[in-house]
Amino acid sequence: MIEISNLHKELGLQKVLTGINLKVDNGSTCVIIGRSGCGKSVLLKHIVGILKADKGKVVVDGQEVGSLNEMHMDALRLKMGLVFQGGALFDSMTVGENVGFGLIEHDHLSQKDLLERIEESLSMVGLHGICNLSPSELSGGMRKRVALARAICIKPQIILYDEPTTGVDPITADSINDLIINMANKLKVTSIVVTHDMRSAYKVADKIAMLYQGKIIEEGTADEIKGSKNPVVHQFINGLALGPITETLDHYK
Amino acid sequence: MMFNNFFITLGSRVIYFMYFLGGVANLTFQTIYLSFKPPYRKDRIFEQAKKAGFDSLPIVSLIALFIGFIFALQTAYFMQRIGSELYIASLVALSIVRELGPVITALVVAGRVGASITAELGSMQVTEQIDALEALATNPIKYLVVPRFIALSLMVPLLTIYADFVGILGSYVICVFRLGISSGMYIRVTAEALYYKDLFTGLAKTVSFGMIIAIVSCYEGFNVKGGAEGVGRATTRCVVFSFIMIIIADCLFTALFYFIFP
Repeated sequence: MIEISNLHKELGLQKVLTGINLKVDNGSTCVIIGRSGCGKSVLLKHIVGILKADKGKVVVDGQEVGSLNEMHMDALRLKMGLVFQGGALFDSMTVGENVGFGLIEHDHLSQKDLLERIEESLSMVGLHGICNLSPSELSGGMRKRVALARAICIKPQIILYDEPTTGVDPITADSINDLIINMANKLKVTSIVVTHDMRSAYKVADKIAMLYQGKIIEEGTADEIKGSKNPVVHQFINGLALGPITETLDHYK
Repeated sequence: MMFNNFFITLGSRVIYFMYFLGGVANLTFQTIYLSFKPPYRKDRIFEQAKKAGFDSLPIVSLIALFIGFIFALQTAYFMQRIGSELYIASLVALSIVRELGPVITALVVAGRVGASITAELGSMQVTEQIDALEALATNPIKYLVVPRFIALSLMVPLLTIYADFVGILGSYVICVFRLGISSGMYIRVTAEALYYKDLFTGLAKTVSFGMIIAIVSCYEGFNVKGGAEGVGRATTRCVVFSFIMIIIADCLFTALFYFIFP
């Protein structure tokens, strides 16, 4: 289980997170929605311990992320796979080396076992025989799939997706949604998906939480969110140009 | 108003420089600590040593050779006036081994290798590859900085020995083929002029030059903000700060060695 309590973070002069509280149960998929730049990715980086909270805590499987020493933090990180928005594939390595990176660095598998695991992970995301390609030879959708393959290659118990459908065509986006559902069903992983793509959110979520002005302002199932009376949630999920979100922005202009 | 702006700019520069020094010191300590901590990645050190050392041979050869030519000709201008052409060899050898070889090599490596490290790590930073390393339970300093730090600390001294040799060769060519000094005489005067301490003092500081280049370039790469433009700015800063720190370190070491080995 992932439990986030009263999480605060300032980056520079900007208060990005101002007291987030969220619980994600084991094996469930939680989608965090919110406008671009509202702190969704920052939240994910707190969960894997890349960023340190100013206040509050993140507890993953009973372990408080910020208080672990390097060895325990690394062990916890190997239980999690983070799929970055742009893929964040290592340019200097082949696709195969990228996918197998976690195993090469931390598990001393034989070359045969390593190749099998890499191929297995690539097959799960629907890619075959591209081990020797370099990341620059891949399309945007393929990069996202390879990033997902890299995350699942270490057999994580938790997968965190940072805007997995942003910047890809609708068909690829839907196949990525199917992949997320498959991962949850086949591997029984706990997933957190950060997105502003509502089609994707409705399709993959067990629970949706809306992040606004540094806080979770509403959470519930897809149907509960669709029926929300909160004007901010209503404006966001329906993609309306006018409403409290844009009025607040105008107020600061 | 103008005074206000002046002090605001000055203050922000001073604060930035303090941050820079603090960051560099922090990175240096972490890098040294992690250099001794297993696992030791020899393959990554060799890879970086090849990039920093072997691949720099052509540019170091070219510059050292021409420095040798130029220095011999400039020295000859005065030595011929006082009829002491023979001492060109000893003057060139001492200047190159004690000062020009180490500094020129370090500046070339800072410009060629340091800039490339900053650009590479900076691009990794803006495309979240460094975050990806951390997410995959890999310490970015251990994985990216330590191999470059060790490789540059070893390669800059080795390149300096090579540059010393090529520089003296350049001077030899001018003296023997242009000024009419005999080959045997040139070699003998050079060998007599040089003591082990000259080579040692020349090389000892190059280890620190290699460390400076590695740490400054990695620090700037890790702290890139703002996409491609940020990478460009960081690369410029890397070269400028490396040059400044190399010259300051050179001055300190030269003064230190002057008093230790008078």
